[in-house]
Amino acid sequence: MKIAFGSLLLLSLMPCLFACNDKAQGTFKGRRSTVTVAGSTSVMPFSEKLAEHFKIERPRIVVDVQGGGSSAGIQACMNGTVDIGMSSRELKGAEKALNQVVICHDGIAVVVNPRNPIKNITSEQVRAVYSGKLRNWKSLGWIDRNIDAVSREEGSGTRGAFEELVMAKTGIDDGTMVQDSNGSVKEVVATDPYAIGYISLGVVDAKVKALSIEDIRPTPDNIKEGRYRIVRPFLYLTRGEPGEAAGLFMAYVLSKDGQGILKKEGLIPVNE
Amino acid sequence: MRLPPRFVDKAMRAGLRAQAMFTVAILVTIILIIFVKGFPYLTAEFIFSYPEDMGRLGGIFPSIVGTLFLGLLSIVFATPLGIGTAIFLTEYTRESNFTRIIRFGVESLAGIPSIIYGLFGFIFFVIKLKMGWSLLSGTLTVAIMVLPTIIRTSEEAIKAVPKTLRTVSFSLGATKWETVTRVILPSAAPGILTGIMLSIGRAVSETAAVIFTMGSSLRLPTSIMDSGRTMAVHFYILAREGISMEKAYATALVLVFSILIINILAYYIMHRMIARYS
Amino acid sequence: MNRRLVNKDALVRLVLAMFALSSLLFLFIIFVFILSEGLPLFYGVGVRNIALGMKWAPTRGFFGIFPMVISSFMVTFGALVVGAPLALACAAYLSEYAGKKTKIFLKPSLELLAGIPSVVYGFLGVVYIVPFIRDYIGGPGFSILSTSIVLGIMVLPTITSISFDSLMSVPAAFREGSFAMGATKWQTVYKIVLPAARSGILASFILGMGRAIGETMAVIMVAGNALKIPTSLTDPLRTLTSNIALELAYATGDHRRALFSTGVVLLVIIMVLNLLANFWVKRRVGR
Repeated sequence: MKIAFGSLLLLSLMPCLFACNDKAQGTFKGRRSTVTVAGSTSVMPFSEKLAEHFKIERPRIVVDVQGGGSSAGIQACMNGTVDIGMSSRELKGAEKALNQVVICHDGIAVVVNPRNPIKNITSEQVRAVYSGKLRNWKSLGWIDRNIDAVSREEGSGTRGAFEELVMAKTGIDDGTMVQDSNGSVKEVVATDPYAIGYISLGVVDAKVKALSIEDIRPTPDNIKEGRYRIVRPFLYLTRGEPGEAAGLFMAYVLSKDGQGILKKEGLIPVNE
Repeated sequence: MRLPPRFVDKAMRAGLRAQAMFTVAILVTIILIIFVKGFPYLTAEFIFSYPEDMGRLGGIFPSIVGTLFLGLLSIVFATPLGIGTAIFLTEYTRESNFTRIIRFGVESLAGIPSIIYGLFGFIFFVIKLKMGWSLLSGTLTVAIMVLPTIIRTSEEAIKAVPKTLRTVSFSLGATKWETVTRVILPSAAPGILTGIMLSIGRAVSETAAVIFTMGSSLRLPTSIMDSGRTMAVHFYILAREGISMEKAYATALVLVFSILIINILAYYIMHRMIARYS
Repeated sequence: MNRRLVNKDALVRLVLAMFALSSLLFLFIIFVFILSEGLPLFYGVGVRNIALGMKWAPTRGFFGIFPMVISSFMVTFGALVVGAPLALACAAYLSEYAGKKTKIFLKPSLELLAGIPSVVYGFLGVVYIVPFIRDYIGGPGFSILSTSIVLGIMVLPTITSISFDSLMSVPAAFREGSFAMGATKWQTVYKIVLPAARSGILASFILGMGRAIGETMAVIMVAGNALKIPTSLTDPLRTLTSNIALELAYATGDHRRALFSTGVVLLVIIMVLNLLANFWVKRRVGR
């Protein structure tokens, strides 16, 4: 009994031994170093993907990706708690003091369940649905069922962009359901035949159907040509110049390889 | 029309029994669903490899490690405080206003919901003490959460030690501290251990407090300042984002069965305690 | 030599006293920090505007959490409606009827139910209960109904275990007297034992309420998180706890402070519930 307890104690204290050997801010010559990236949950999965591939090139640099949200990421960056902050919305006011790099553009798609026969919607109708004026699929040409509208939470970069670019002055109704990430909004729309939601275009897959807005399909081409307007930038933020390891990661993201990865995911690369 | 009492008696007995069995059925159903849907994906590779593509592929090794570290470390912090408090309340004072205030404190801590612990841990450990999202922040927060449970179960275990043992020890000339450490604690050990095991179970299944203090990084935590996921957090993210239903079920399976094993161990220890005294 | 021993004991006592005080210390720190972040907004915006305000739009200056207070209470009562009768039946069966063999698997089952993580409950609720409600009853499925069912199952072990303790502490004499007068078992349970354990059972309900109102993860997954006060069982809703968890990660400045204010309100509600429960538990058997 005593031996078991003792060894358990020793085992659990192991992580403390490593506490000293960490948080190397920038110097990595031969040693392991970490780059912390935190912020928007929209950008997060793509940063993770980039980090995975980056690790193959530079196994000594560990890129640690966290969520937390655009605002949290911006805050953390300003505080110096993270190396790179991620944001899915434009910077405002005092935030502009940060060094920002656009790593790609992302469309916001209005999605419905694949069982939903509707293919096109006008922005006026989207506004009506989300402001609570349009409540039934009947009015849009489908069956007599209430529209289960799903939105993102207050403070979300995606919601902010959606409100700015689509809702304009109209407020989102209090009766809409709320989920706190692109993935969970997509999940609700994928399982509820009567749901509608807005998510990052890069997250759209076969589980949901993206609607055309005023007959313009949300494709990377349409976005590049400026035809599909519901677009926002994905930003990497640093306080001043990025540290050595962070700079290498950012260079990778902006390189042909990095941009290729983003393009494959459905985002719009910057360097084309 | 008044029903004959005999009939009502038999009917109510059957009805109550049915409801009790229904409750057990709920438990069995939950475990079965998780087992049936998760077992096909529970491979050695799943347990020992790293997650890829946000968890869509690969395994859950980092979160298993994260869970282990969180569970064990939080117990390391909470146990001395918990047992110490229990010893103090039972052996070193009499019931007084002082002890009542302390018990009030313990009860209140127990009643605070996990999201409030999450709020507190976030603002205090992560931000004010600048520990960031880390194993340390998570561990300290969870340690405070499980402290009341350890205090409660330790107190009960110590109280259950027969008074005669104490009097015999004193009559042999032992000091109070010697009595506590050499007589009382050893015989209360099974009960205390049971409490510790149950607390580990609680720490492992905690999500709200852990997500806001330990973070949700997919990396393998190798230092106490590293962020990481516990299995509960990983499962939550997998399930909520619809990343992979199969991996979600498999993770749930590992999680639930770990808790099951911990509970069974706790029972085993308790039964040994009963056997020792009968 | 005696003096040395006495001093050592005094030292030990002091150290242990400090350990014991640590609980109070933690409680104090927790309250201080939650209050220090949450109270200022009450002064700035006004208690009425927050606690009774109907609109929650913190990035635009609206901090009303009243709809969420109502929703929290609704699902808590719903959880009691779903869970309490079942829990009470289990407790009564365990204490009055069950044989040794049944007790051996019934009691551990309840404790295992309590040990299952809340996220697993939420997940199963989303995968099975929500679609069922959506397809056969109506609405989006994320609703008071789904939340109440999931919460009801989650508070069941709490209510059962405390009610069970209460029932067991009813003196055997009560039952024996009843049998001696020719009553059946059910009549005894229904008219003598249950009323005698009434205070403890009520306390268990209140503690169950406390657990339900504090639950976060499972609720976020099945409630839909809409900001309006639900008008039907199939309407989605948002509880105080969900609100905090949903927006904490993104919130800054006043928005974040408002979430702490929500936490303050939640803490107050739970403290009141705990005090009520403790008050009732003290009055165990009889009146």
